[in-house]
Amino acid sequence: MKPKLPGLVSGLGVTLKTMLKPAVTVQYPHEREDPPARARGVIALKEENCTVCMLCARQCPDWCIYIEGHKEKRPPRREGGRERSVSVLDRFDIDYALCMYCGICVEVCPFDALFWSPEYEYSEWNIARLLHDKKKLGEWMESVPEPEPLEIGAEVKR
Amino acid sequence: MGMLAIDIGWGSTLAIKTIVILILVPTGALILGYTFLLKVMSHMQSRLGPMDPGGFHGWFQLVGDGIKFIQKEDITPEQADKRVFAFAPAVVVISTFLVFLVIPAGPDLVVKDLDVGVFYALAVSSLSVIGVLMAGWASANKFSLLGALRAAAQLIAYELPLLLAVVGVVILAGTMSLQGIVRAQSTESIFGFDGIGFPFILTQIIGFTLFLVASQAELTQTPFDMPVAESELVAGYMVEYTGFRFLFFFIGEFGTAFAFAAIAATLFLGGWALPASWGISDGVMRFLGPGVLFAKIMLVAFLMFWVRFTYPRLREDQLQALAWKFLIPIGLANILLTAIFKVAF
Amino acid sequence: MNRPPRVSEAEQSRASTGERVSAVGASPTATSEPMMEVDPRLYRHLADAQVNVELDTGDMILNLGPQHPATHGTLRLVVRLDGERVISADPIIGYMHRGYEKLTEFRTYPQITTLINRIDWLSSFANEVPFIDAAEQLMGILAPPRAQYIRTILTELSRIATFLLFLGEMGLQVGALTPAFYGFRDREHILNLIEAATGGRFHPNFNRIGGLKDDLPWGWVNDTRTAMKTVFDACDTFEDLVAGNEIFEARTRSIGIIPAELGAAYGVSGSNLRASGVDWDLRRDGKPYLAYPEIDFRVWTHPDGDSFARYWVRLQETREAARMVLQLLDQLPSGPIMTKVPLIIKVPQGEIWVETENPLGQMGYYVFSKGATGPFRVKIRSASFSNVSILPWLLRGVFVPDVITILGSLYFILGDIDR
Repeated sequence: MKPKLPGLVSGLGVTLKTMLKPAVTVQYPHEREDPPARARGVIALKEENCTVCMLCARQCPDWCIYIEGHKEKRPPRREGGRERSVSVLDRFDIDYALCMYCGICVEVCPFDALFWSPEYEYSEWNIARLLHDKKKLGEWMESVPEPEPLEIGAEVKR
Repeated sequence: MGMLAIDIGWGSTLAIKTIVILILVPTGALILGYTFLLKVMSHMQSRLGPMDPGGFHGWFQLVGDGIKFIQKEDITPEQADKRVFAFAPAVVVISTFLVFLVIPAGPDLVVKDLDVGVFYALAVSSLSVIGVLMAGWASANKFSLLGALRAAAQLIAYELPLLLAVVGVVILAGTMSLQGIVRAQSTESIFGFDGIGFPFILTQIIGFTLFLVASQAELTQTPFDMPVAESELVAGYMVEYTGFRFLFFFIGEFGTAFAFAAIAATLFLGGWALPASWGISDGVMRFLGPGVLFAKIMLVAFLMFWVRFTYPRLREDQLQALAWKFLIPIGLANILLTAIFKVAF
Repeated sequence: MNRPPRVSEAEQSRASTGERVSAVGASPTATSEPMMEVDPRLYRHLADAQVNVELDTGDMILNLGPQHPATHGTLRLVVRLDGERVISADPIIGYMHRGYEKLTEFRTYPQITTLINRIDWLSSFANEVPFIDAAEQLMGILAPPRAQYIRTILTELSRIATFLLFLGEMGLQVGALTPAFYGFRDREHILNLIEAATGGRFHPNFNRIGGLKDDLPWGWVNDTRTAMKTVFDACDTFEDLVAGNEIFEARTRSIGIIPAELGAAYGVSGSNLRASGVDWDLRRDGKPYLAYPEIDFRVWTHPDGDSFARYWVRLQETREAARMVLQLLDQLPSGPIMTKVPLIIKVPQGEIWVETENPLGQMGYYVFSKGATGPFRVKIRSASFSNVSILPWLLRGVFVPDVITILGSLYFILGDIDR
C-alpha cells in the first residue's frame, strides 16, 4: 500500500500540474467555439410556409410573437373554379427581449415555418432593437443547419 | 555615491535614494501583482488571465487598474471618523516604504545599512497593524470592524513566529545587519565545500518554513486571510474604501509581499550575492546584484502565492492555536538547535 | 471504465457501518416519544467556556443581507452576534419569489414544462421529470423504454453538473479560490453534452408528455462515455485538493451536525440527510420511476452528519452518478421516444402527488387537473425550502465563519427555496 501524502502536499501538486497544462479558455472574440447543431440560438422564419394560423403566438408562454395578416383573393387553380382566399403575412415580429428560447413555437408550427438556428451573435446596445421583424428572421434561415443524423437505436421516421 | 565614484553630497544622495524607493515600491507591487495574482493564479485555475490590455498578455492591466482607481469618486461614509479614515491607508503604506530602507540590492545599493537591520525591518513592518485597526474602526461598518479586530489579533499573534524564525539566522551570521548576513552567506563554506557559499536555508529549513508561514499570516493571505475573507466579509477592513485610498491598501499589501519576499531571499537564500568562490568582483555585482535579488524574490513569492491559491482559510481560533501552540514552540526549538550547533561546530 | 471509489480506509469502514435509521414516510418516530438523544458533539464549544466578566459585549445584529457572496443568491440571514459567536439566526426568504404556482394556473403543460426548468436552475432537467411523470400518470400512459432511459441519463447528468459545481464552490466558501474554477471547468463537458442533445445548456426543456422532444444526435453516446472519464478525474482532483486538505477538514469536521431524527423531522432531504446516516433514497426506496429499477447503484451515507460528511457524500454520489450513466448507456434500448398522444393534450380529471430524488433533495409536485389543457393547481414541494428551515436551530452557537461553511454545505439554491 502506497503511503499517502498529506493532503496539504497533494493539493499543491494539483495546482502545480494545472498551472503547467494549457489553459482551457477560448478567447472570444478572437476565437469562437461552434455550438452544436441543435443549440437554441435564434428562431428563423420561412415566410412562404407560414399560413398565419397564429398557433405559435398563442402557445408562446411569454406572448412575445406579434403576428398580423390579412386575407387575399387568388385566381382559381383550375378553369372555372372558385376563387381561393389565401392568408398573407403582414407582420411577424419576435421580441427577443422576452423570448425564453423554449422552442414551443418551433414545435407547434404545423407547416414547418419556424426553425432553430445556432446563431448567437445578435446582441444590441438598445433593448428596443431586440424586436426583430420578418425580414431579419428570414435572413437567419441561412444559418439553420441541416437536420443531423440520429444516434444508433433511434426510430427511423418514415 | 561609491558606485559612480562621484561625490555629490549627502543631501542629493538621500534625495536620489528616496526617489528610487518611492518608485521601487509601487513598481515591485505591480510586478508581483501582475505575475502572481493575474498570471500565475489564472494558470493554476486553468484560465488565461488578462490578455488584451497592452497587447502582449495583458501587461497593462494593473496600470490601467491604477488609472481607473485614481479617477474614481472618493466616498467617505457619513458616520466615519473622517481624519482617521483618511489617514489609515497612509499608515499601512508608510510602514511598507520604511521596510525597504534596509534591504540591500548590491554591495552599496542600500539606503542605509543599519546594524540592527533585521530588527528594524520586522519592527517597522508591524506598524501596519495600527493602520488596519484605524481603517476598520473608522469605517463605521460592522463588517470592517469584524475584519479589523480579526486582523489585529492575527497580526500580533504572528509577529512572534516571524521573529523567532529570524533569530536562528542571526545566530548563524553573527550580525543583525542585512549586508552582513548577505556577506556571511556568500563567503562562508559548508564543512569546507564552498562551491555554493552557505545559504542559510540549508541548515535553517525549519526557520525558512516558519518565516514563510508567519509572513503569509502577516500579509493576511490565505490560509490566514480571515480579516479579508472574501466570501464572508467581502474585503473586511477595506470594504468602505474607494478609489485612490483602496489603491493605497493594494499597493501596501503587494508592496509588503515584495518586502517580505526580499527579506526572506536576503536572510535565507543569499540576497544579492552569488557565492564568493565564483570570483565575481564587487564591481560586477553592483550591476548583477539587483537582478539576482529579483530572481530570488520571484522564487520566494512563487512559494507564497502558490500556497495562497491552493489552501482554504483557517478559522480565527484555529489560526491563533496554530501560532501560539505550534509555531512558537517550533521556533524556540529551532533557536536552541541552532545555538547548539553553532557552538559545537 | 468503472474505477473503485477512492476512499480512505477509515472513512469506508465508518460509512459502511453507519446506522440505518428508518425514515419511512418522512415522519421519523412514534409521536409519543419524548426528547431525542443528545449528541455530545453538538456542545463541544462549551468545553472552552470563557468568563466574560468585564467585557460585556452587547449583541450585534449582522445582516448577511440579500446581496452577499456566500448566500447562494438572495437569502437574507439576520444573525445576532456576541463577538464572533452567533446567538440566533433568522433566515428571511422570498427575495426571489416568482410566483410559479400562480403562473401554472394559466398555462398549458408544455408551457409549464418550460417554466419549471428554472426552479432549480443548476439541475434543470431534474425539475421537469416529476411534473411530466405526474401528468403521464394522470393520463394513464407510459413513455417508451428508450425515453425512460434517456430521461434517466439526463437526470443523472444534471446531478453530476450540480454536484461538480458544489464540490468547487464549497471550497470557495471556506476560502480556497481554485476549486471553484475547476468546478466550472469540469461542468462544461456535461453542459456541452446536454446542449448537444437538447439545444439548451441550462434549460433543456426536453420532456414532453409521453416521451421526449427529440432523439439523441449521432455520436452522443461515445461523447458521454468520454465525458464520464473526465468526471472521474475531476472527482479525484477534488478529493486531493479539497476533501483531503487538512485545513478543509479542520474547517468542516464537527461543524453543523444535523442529528438524523431532527433532520428528518424538519424535512431535510437528499444528500444532507444521507450525510447524517439515514439510508433513504427515493430512487431506490420510493415508488419506482424512470429507469432506476433496472440498474444497480449504491446509496452513500456517512454517520457523522457534519459539513465534511455532506461534502463527502456528494463527492461519492457524483462518482456513483457517473457509473450509473455508463450502465444506462450500455443498456440503452432502441425504439421510439414518444408514445402516441393526441395533438392537443388534455389531461383527464384527477389529482396526484409525485416526488423524486432531485440533486438538491426530494422534490415533489401535487398536480390537480380538471381536464383542461393546463392544470388547475400545482403545488411544488421544493427540497431547499425544507433544507433551509433547519438553519435557526443549526446556527446557534457557531462562529461567523462556520455560518458560511454550513450554508455552503447545505447547498440550497434560492430559486428552489423561493420558487
